[in-house]
Amino acid sequence: MRSFRLLACAAAIASSLALPMAASAQQLTVSAAASLTDAFKELGPKFEASKPGATVRFNFAASGALLQQIAQGAPVDVFASADQATMGRADDQKLIDADTRRNFVSNSLVLIEPAQGGVGVKSLQDLSGAAVKKIAIGKVATVPVGAYTRQVLDGAKLWEPLEPKFVQADSVRQVLDYVGRGEVDAGFVYRTDATIAGDKVKVVATPSGHTPVSYPVAVIADSRQKSLARDFTAYLTGEEAQAVFKRYGFGKP
Amino acid sequence: MNTTHSLIQSTDWFPLFLSLKVAAVATLCSLVLGIALGWVFARRKFPGSTIVEAIFMLPLVLPPTVIGYGILVMAGRRSPLGAWLREHFDYTIIFSWHGAVVASAVVALPLVLKSSSAAFAGVDRSLEAAASTLRQSPWSVFLRVTLPLAWPGILAGTLLAFARAMGEFGASLMVAGSIPQQTQTLSMAIYDAVQAGHDDLALLLVLVTSVISVLVLVMSNRFFSLR
Repeated sequence: MRSFRLLACAAAIASSLALPMAASAQQLTVSAAASLTDAFKELGPKFEASKPGATVRFNFAASGALLQQIAQGAPVDVFASADQATMGRADDQKLIDADTRRNFVSNSLVLIEPAQGGVGVKSLQDLSGAAVKKIAIGKVATVPVGAYTRQVLDGAKLWEPLEPKFVQADSVRQVLDYVGRGEVDAGFVYRTDATIAGDKVKVVATPSGHTPVSYPVAVIADSRQKSLARDFTAYLTGEEAQAVFKRYGFGKP
Repeated sequence: MNTTHSLIQSTDWFPLFLSLKVAAVATLCSLVLGIALGWVFARRKFPGSTIVEAIFMLPLVLPPTVIGYGILVMAGRRSPLGAWLREHFDYTIIFSWHGAVVASAVVALPLVLKSSSAAFAGVDRSLEAAASTLRQSPWSVFLRVTLPLAWPGILAGTLLAFARAMGEFGASLMVAGSIPQQTQTLSMAIYDAVQAGHDDLALLLVLVTSVISVLVLVMSNRFFSLR
């Protein structure tokens, strides 16, 4: 009787552990840059509809942080980064299938300030003014928007003078939040993010002087869903996905 | 050994000193408030006192993001208090180390509160009664009888609070941000190092934090067993 109970317990535990295995049969895990949050959340169900039986789950964060997770062995199938540099590092570390890498959208960098109660920033040069006390940017090492910002400010010779004013955020969405809340006087985000924030922020300039904001996507080398992952990357450059991206303000790859 | 030596030399130790400073100030604030509240909850049972005490204990169980968000809502630019401070004193706790102190004090308070409340409850009331028959004012009874008797328990809780304040991360990150050389505490430095892939630096900082926390907890234990 005792051994029967033991057996029953073991069987219960084993079957509860097996369940998640069965569920992941056709599940795709996509790690994507924070700026893709809204567009990808809309594309997820559309992709699932086009491939019955497949489910997609997303993981949004700064591209550098996502790369770290993948490098540490996180079970990710597809990686979409906000800059070529991060994808390049993924390639160097042999984390992706290089032949699946492709660009799927582009974006542009904008300078924003709070819609209400802003100090009246009109250009990059205004940032040096005394009225601007804090500027939100992405962390240069891990957040692509921070890297683009650095390029722009280096080019304008403003990086060093403005350094004491920077608040470095973990993702572009956090930069957006800081500006939207009025906790900082200005910030650098992508045009698509400024659009999402609607009436909380206002775009004051579109600086140039950075490498083109081009988003690459690739299949992770250790992925267990290679064929579904390739389907997803192909889907992103297809007509349906590109129409959605266009609506959010992304540009062509 | 050489690379370790050069790693230690090249590491920016500002986060360590900032963490010690923030934790010390935060612990001091929560100590004062914790003793006062602990005495109230131990000695004055008013209707609803358990609920009020539970509210003060909330930061112990709430996610750090809730605490951080709460502080932002209450002291941020768009809040009445935050707007008033900005307008009249050009002062804000957001993105300043003072914000880290507030966040750390909020999470450390429950630890001081609980231990001082228990310590006060454990003081023999007859000793206090004896002191007041000797014509000691209530304040004098508190300072010369109650507090000395409750001190080991309070100190144990304070040391725990210090360790907690040293390790504070989520709420202080939201309120103070992780600005290098200004508000980047030790826990934030570890987080940044891990995110950027600087594993050596992360490991070093983790070891430093762990050693300090273990020391503080060992001291705290000794005071707990003194009671």
